[in-house]
Amino acid sequence: MKSISKLFVSSPHTRTGLTTNQVMRTVCYACIPGIAAQTYFFGWGVIVQALLCIIVALTAEAIILSLREKPVRATLADGSAMLTGLLIALSIPPLAPWWISVIGVSFAIIIVKQLYGGLGFNLFNPAMAGYVVLLISFPVAMTNWLPVQQVMTYDISFLDCVSSIFTGFTLDGYSVTQLRIAVDGITMATPLDHFKTQIDLGLTASEITASPIYGDYGGTGWEWVNLGYLIGGLLLLKQGVIRWHIPFAIIASLFTFSLISYSITPDLSLPPMISLFSGATMFAAFFIATDPISASTTIRGRLIYGAIIGALIFMIREWGGYPDGVAFAVLLTNLAVPLIDYYTKPAVYGHKAKV
Amino acid sequence: MYVLLFALGALIALTVVFGAILGFASVKFKVKADPLVEQIDNLLPQTQCGQCGYPGCKPYAEAIANGDDINKCPPGGESTIKQLADLMGVDAKPLDSAHGQEDVKKVAFIREDECIGCTKCIQACPVDAIMGASKVMHTVIIDECTGCDLCVEPCPVDCIDMVPLTDTNWKWDALAISVKNIN
Amino acid sequence: MHSELSLIEQVKSGKLWDIPGGIHPPERKSLSNSTKIDIIPLSPFYYVPIKQHIGNEGKLLVKVGEQVLTGQPLTDAIEGLSLPVHAPTSGVIKDITPHVSAHPSGKPEITIVIESDHKDTVFTTKPIKNWQTSEAASLTKHIQSMGVAGLGGAAFPTYVKTNPTKDIKLLIINGVECEPYITADDVLMRYFANEITQGINILQHMVQPELVVIAIEDNKPEAIEAIKLAVKDQDTIEVRVIPTKYPSGGEKQLIEIVTGQEVPSKSIPADIGIVMQNIGTCFAIKEAVIDGKALIHRVVTVTGESISRPQNLWVKLGTPISDLLTHCGLVAEQDQRLIMGGPMMGFNIMDTMMPVVKSTNCILAPSEYNLPSFGVEQACIRCSLCSDACPVNLLPQQMLWYSKAKDHEKLEEYNLADCIECGVCSYVCPSQIPLVQYYRSSKVEIKQEKEDKIKSDKAKERFETRQLRLERDKQARLLKHKESADKRKKALEKDGNAKDKIAAALARAKAKKASTGETAPISADAQTTNTQDKVAAAIARAKAKKQAQADSETTATVSSESQDSEVGSAEAVEAKSAEQIKKDKIAATVARAKAKKLKQAAENKEQGESN
Ligand code: SF4
Ligand code: SF4
Ligand code: SF4
Ligand code: SF4
Repeated sequence: MKSISKLFVSSPHTRTGLTTNQVMRTVCYACIPGIAAQTYFFGWGVIVQALLCIIVALTAEAIILSLREKPVRATLADGSAMLTGLLIALSIPPLAPWWISVIGVSFAIIIVKQLYGGLGFNLFNPAMAGYVVLLISFPVAMTNWLPVQQVMTYDISFLDCVSSIFTGFTLDGYSVTQLRIAVDGITMATPLDHFKTQIDLGLTASEITASPIYGDYGGTGWEWVNLGYLIGGLLLLKQGVIRWHIPFAIIASLFTFSLISYSITPDLSLPPMISLFSGATMFAAFFIATDPISASTTIRGRLIYGAIIGALIFMIREWGGYPDGVAFAVLLTNLAVPLIDYYTKPAVYGHKAKV
Repeated sequence: MYVLLFALGALIALTVVFGAILGFASVKFKVKADPLVEQIDNLLPQTQCGQCGYPGCKPYAEAIANGDDINKCPPGGESTIKQLADLMGVDAKPLDSAHGQEDVKKVAFIREDECIGCTKCIQACPVDAIMGASKVMHTVIIDECTGCDLCVEPCPVDCIDMVPLTDTNWKWDALAISVKNIN
Repeated sequence: MHSELSLIEQVKSGKLWDIPGGIHPPERKSLSNSTKIDIIPLSPFYYVPIKQHIGNEGKLLVKVGEQVLTGQPLTDAIEGLSLPVHAPTSGVIKDITPHVSAHPSGKPEITIVIESDHKDTVFTTKPIKNWQTSEAASLTKHIQSMGVAGLGGAAFPTYVKTNPTKDIKLLIINGVECEPYITADDVLMRYFANEITQGINILQHMVQPELVVIAIEDNKPEAIEAIKLAVKDQDTIEVRVIPTKYPSGGEKQLIEIVTGQEVPSKSIPADIGIVMQNIGTCFAIKEAVIDGKALIHRVVTVTGESISRPQNLWVKLGTPISDLLTHCGLVAEQDQRLIMGGPMMGFNIMDTMMPVVKSTNCILAPSEYNLPSFGVEQACIRCSLCSDACPVNLLPQQMLWYSKAKDHEKLEEYNLADCIECGVCSYVCPSQIPLVQYYRSSKVEIKQEKEDKIKSDKAKERFETRQLRLERDKQARLLKHKESADKRKKALEKDGNAKDKIAAALARAKAKKASTGETAPISADAQTTNTQDKVAAAIARAKAKKQAQADSETTATVSSESQDSEVGSAEAVEAKSAEQIKKDKIAATVARAKAKKLKQAAENKEQGESN
């Protein structure tokens, strides 16, 4: 009546409860505080984009899987496609037109993930690769971040967002560019963007950060968003889904470099706290760079990996052409991962110098 | 003009310096490699069965060195093809089924009471793995037999069987176990 | 580096080191450790595999039908690593036959089947009462003849470890028992602490270590209490309580925990002056030396949620597992799994007729609910949970990759050989990848590859020697042919010069005759080309044939009478008739073979048609 019909026979005969599906799902749940903050400050567009991107991601994955004759349902259930979609949605401007999301997500899933062999085989972080392709191809649409709702001239409703994403105009007929005109009549940019342009115009850091788009210790609104992701990230840490090494290394390295730079040239550099709580810093540190597949796997390797990302973020923000460098930093460091892993192999038991 | 000359000069100087370094290194750190045929031959399974279409592994090794396909050796199977591909810097391809299939390791076994001592198998064996003299019973030295199959055909009384090697290492393969019902 | 002195000093200081990684699976030990060790009633049949240890099996001493007594040796240790096995009870040897073995593959192994006479009459015991004054060498021999093997799981012959070639500083007694569910050592320590201590004292006498450390995990307070009490007067024995963590009980891991040192790869603990013995082994040593009893029983934990009376039992080696399950009341669930050993390193029981052997510490019948099994394997997401948990600091995810790619060179570079197969990586993997399964197959493949390499090198050498020989033979044959041809030519020329032209024809004929006589036995056809005269050729052929026949007859005679130098004519005739008989036999065999081939062909055809 009972028979052993296991395909493999080796011990162990049991395992922990944690599964890959749960890992992916937990990461998605941990985004919730960040999403909430982002929605509060940037409107319903965030939610609409998230839904749109997830649907596109799942569809793209399903199509490719069936083309590759792989099990569709089981693989979709692993949640990795959903996560990639969500991460892209959270990276792009909330009111970006729908085709931006479709292109970005499809590229991430089809090219970066599946063409490299599917889950576990991709060299690059799919979400960031998708984002970078969008950033390079459609720089204007991709930097069209609205100012936080609280300093905006117009109130936009949920339907406004839907309409704007799919038609380019709100229900009242405003384009995104018009929406970006703030109370004081000048076009608003993200804090990092703004800082970069203003520095180039010759203003000092303290003059720039006096603008209403900066809050107490980050960009207005942005600081809360970053705080949201920080909380989510700490939850992930607690759940054992991610390890502390990468986020810690990124934050420490970015903070150190900012601090050094700020103490040498306080007029030209972003204050360290603004560095940490603006842009996608926390999001990257806890949700992007910790993507296990494209990150380093050894403990020392993870510290190095994080430190390089932190340094690159700083350099790109400080000297590069783009206001935020998270995506580039992650992708560049992905390239170095095999090398980092190879040279940080831990000393295996019994291979230390002979006693 | 002066700048151009300077640049040219610098380039030439660099070329000379690096060329010298490279030349020195290639002499100094020369790895003494076996001739290619030797290296290939070392990867072949040495079953000497001729399934590749050559009278033994060495001749096939020579043929590969001269550009023949690397997927003709069934006894070596996939792992040999992969190693050959690495060595030759070409892509591994599946075994050419025209030459046979990869099979479990076997050795020849002579049913000794039926053997008439005709020595035909001795002549066929490429590795001298069969002992015996004219008119006396022959036997296979299991340790020496490569399982090449060549002795089976010549035997006039069909007393040679190829038996799977029983003492192969079990590869933790559940399918290799006869699963029984418990309770 | 630590000096020798500081090793002992450091250990004495009581400092503990930590091993990397490790896990804390649910222990579930309380299921089975609350009762005393019971004795299972005699079984009707016992199945004693003649090989129950690492090394060679012994030489059989008994025959089918023989009467044996409890503890009587059934085999005798041979040269090299070898141990005898003993009759677990008195009775008759029913059979000596391959029987399902206590091995993950269940591959049948030669097993002695004993039908119990239910009297359990004891064979003479040979206690060594004065072991304190006996020489270590004779004790070692005794321990070997009593069949004592490591009872912790690997069943390594104990006599080898009690006879170290190196100077031993530290003896570690392993009472860690870190596998979930198993409590065999736990209860043994609780109820037999004094006997264990006696065993340790014998070991001390034999190995002469400076210090003995008994390591016990802190989840066994009763055992710690009992052992502490038993050794309280002995200041060379220390009890070390270590934190509970799997796999602290691994030999190398425990050495690291207790001493902070690593056993270098491909070395054994004795190389750094350490020997480790299991608790159960100490007890078996005591029984072998002080009571003179061979190793024929051991404590086995029968446990799991599907067992109605989980407990520890004294089980005679050779008892079929089905008897244990019946005794303890197995209530099987759907697809009940049965495991010999613990959930982390044990193996599936393929057949409940599998016997208990020296290394069997546990029979586990878990429920799926409490011990969830593996689901469908998913892709590795490189989450590094495995490498963070590996106690040996390996990178399981990389080894998985290369294991799948069958890249054995890379596997060796990533030190697959140092994997202790503890199962921690598979346990934590969220993608449910049976990593250890991959490593085990790869290890076997690598071993196989090395063996194949040795074999193929040999084959290559033999092939080349043969080619050389064939070439040499060919050259020799050619040379011979050439020589004889030259001779003929010379003879022709000489004759031609000496005689006149009229005699030439005659000479030619003569020469022909000469050459025919010479070469006929070798090849009848060879000279026909030289012959112009067709008639002469035909004669020559006939002659050659006759000659050849005569030749073969002489050889036949010689070969059949090779021992006898004086070949009588009568005997020759006899030989000839014998030859005739043999020829008939050959003809018959050929005919048989042909018939077989025909039949096969016909069958094939039939099959082809029916398909
Ligand atoms: S097919 Fe046979 S003879 Fe040819 S290389 Fe392979 S083993 Fe050697
Ligand atoms: S005995 Fe037969 S199968 Fe074995 S090597 Fe010789 S010819 Fe080949
Ligand atoms: S635990 Fe499993 S999924 Fe994670 S890295 Fe290791 S093998 Fe891959
Ligand atoms: S089974 Fe091997 S690789 Fe896995 S955790 Fe244990 S020692 Fe490490």
